[in-house]
Amino acid sequence: MRKATLLEKRNNMGYVYILPWIIGFLVFQLYPLLTSLSYSFTDYNMGSDFRFVGIENYVKVFMRDREARASLFTTFKYVFMSVPLKLISALLVALLLNQQLKGINFFRAVYYMPSILGGSVAIAILWRQLFAIDGTINQLITALGFEPVGFLTDPDVALFTISVLSVWQFGSSMIFFLAALKQVPKSLYEAAKVDGSGPIRNFFTITLPLISPMTLFNIVMQMINAFQEYTAPAVITNGGPLKSTQVLAMTLYNNAFSYRKMGYASAISWILFVVIILFTALVFRSSAAWAFYNDEEG
Amino acid sequence: MRKTSVKKSMRRVASYAFLILLGLLFVYPLLFMVSASFKSNAELMTSSSLIPKSFSVENYIKGWIGVGEYSFGTFLLNSVVLVFPIVIFTIASSTIVGYGFARFKFKGHKLLFGAMLSTLMLPNAVLIIPKYILFRQFGWLNTYKVFYIPVIFACTPFFIFSIVQFIRGIPKSIDESAYMDGCSTFRIFTDIILPLSKPAIFSMAIFQFIWTWNDYFNPMIYINSVKKYNVMQGLRMSMDSSSGISWGPIMALSLITILPCIVVFFLAQRYFVEGIATTGLKG
Repeated sequence: MRKATLLEKRNNMGYVYILPWIIGFLVFQLYPLLTSLSYSFTDYNMGSDFRFVGIENYVKVFMRDREARASLFTTFKYVFMSVPLKLISALLVALLLNQQLKGINFFRAVYYMPSILGGSVAIAILWRQLFAIDGTINQLITALGFEPVGFLTDPDVALFTISVLSVWQFGSSMIFFLAALKQVPKSLYEAAKVDGSGPIRNFFTITLPLISPMTLFNIVMQMINAFQEYTAPAVITNGGPLKSTQVLAMTLYNNAFSYRKMGYASAISWILFVVIILFTALVFRSSAAWAFYNDEEG
Repeated sequence: MRKTSVKKSMRRVASYAFLILLGLLFVYPLLFMVSASFKSNAELMTSSSLIPKSFSVENYIKGWIGVGEYSFGTFLLNSVVLVFPIVIFTIASSTIVGYGFARFKFKGHKLLFGAMLSTLMLPNAVLIIPKYILFRQFGWLNTYKVFYIPVIFACTPFFIFSIVQFIRGIPKSIDESAYMDGCSTFRIFTDIILPLSKPAIFSMAIFQFIWTWNDYFNPMIYINSVKKYNVMQGLRMSMDSSSGISWGPIMALSLITILPCIVVFFLAQRYFVEGIATTGLKG
């Protein structure tokens, strides 16, 4: 009994340890979240007075602000190009690395390294040079006798280029896939071999279902990040050409910090937030049909 | 039997070939950056060879001096002054809070832990405007307080979550018996939990180092005087301010900014790959 009450008294010490987080959560997360929602219904522009405008800001994004609407659409295109490209490449390389090959640690390091640099401005600048109309890649293309490609200057191509370049940083998804692949019991493949099932069929009937929880995790993580992408389009193309790479995060930034339209920008941020929540929910919903859980493991 | 082993080794060769080719494609941009940093602008625009005609450090000197009144050394120093306290504060606050969540079953634990986890999903984009307004009211804009103070108050859900998961893996009986022997909970934290959590703390330190070092979006919003720019802002400014972009010096500076990350990566490779696989950290 004495031991139990002593431990119980001890449990209340927990509040002391998490106190910093409670303060941080209230001041730097919950409070901003709530004020952001209330700003989104006002015309606050950093001046001293502002008024309540109802859902005017939200209406404006969808009805009157073509730039905002276009950038929302651009963001969708970016997410739906970059996330599948990234995850399919990550899975492909993870499958190759999951074999009993010598030097696998070296390859793993090589493929992982770009992901720690990917968010850097330095890399965005590098892409900008390499893929410029007079850049190194086009020098090679013209040397081979072809016309230079407007990777970053053709409005129909630029967003695709940026999406493909995001594949370079697939490292963390790859590591997650690799961890999941290692969990797939070898006995399943041996049993399939007895049944005369080939590697391609095994991939779809054994591997893919068994790593599906990790696939779900990767999709959600990458999607949330991709919806908020800012650095790559901002530095590589600065939103151009013809605003074809202007994603919503850039529109948000411009409205808030260039035009000081804080109320309007807050509404944009909430639209982005709701879009992220909706798509995350949608992915989770759909996963009931394709993600396979071994419930014994919880 | 022989037929299958031939098939197997052929598959192995194909795998290697593919891994090497793709690996070259992955490393090429970095090699290009190194090579370009030594090339003159004219050479850059005409030759796509990876080996520069001469190893001139002129680009480094030009880039370092910069165009404005501040040299690139200022931005590097700013980044150092920004990153190191953040890493230390992150370790201190995240481990203390993580210990609280992992080892104490107080009332409301589930609710609070759930709230902490839900902030993992909170996009930065939603908080950036209200935080800007809040920091302006506090008078913190254009100071590093906007980065230090939230981290001191453990606004680092990723790291808290990862350290909680790690501490849960340490047998609880160790600290419970120490407690029964009269050891205070804080001493259990400093003498038992912290030393055992070293690998997780190390992972936390390197990830926070790299994320903060590479951060461009947040400094761009909160820091507006050039004197206080971090390396990413400095780099962007160097690119924008040189008309007709002289790529050589820019590539030299780019290489300088990614070098610390590469060095950290190679020194602590194990922690990266294992750290993200075991704690579920994003990379």
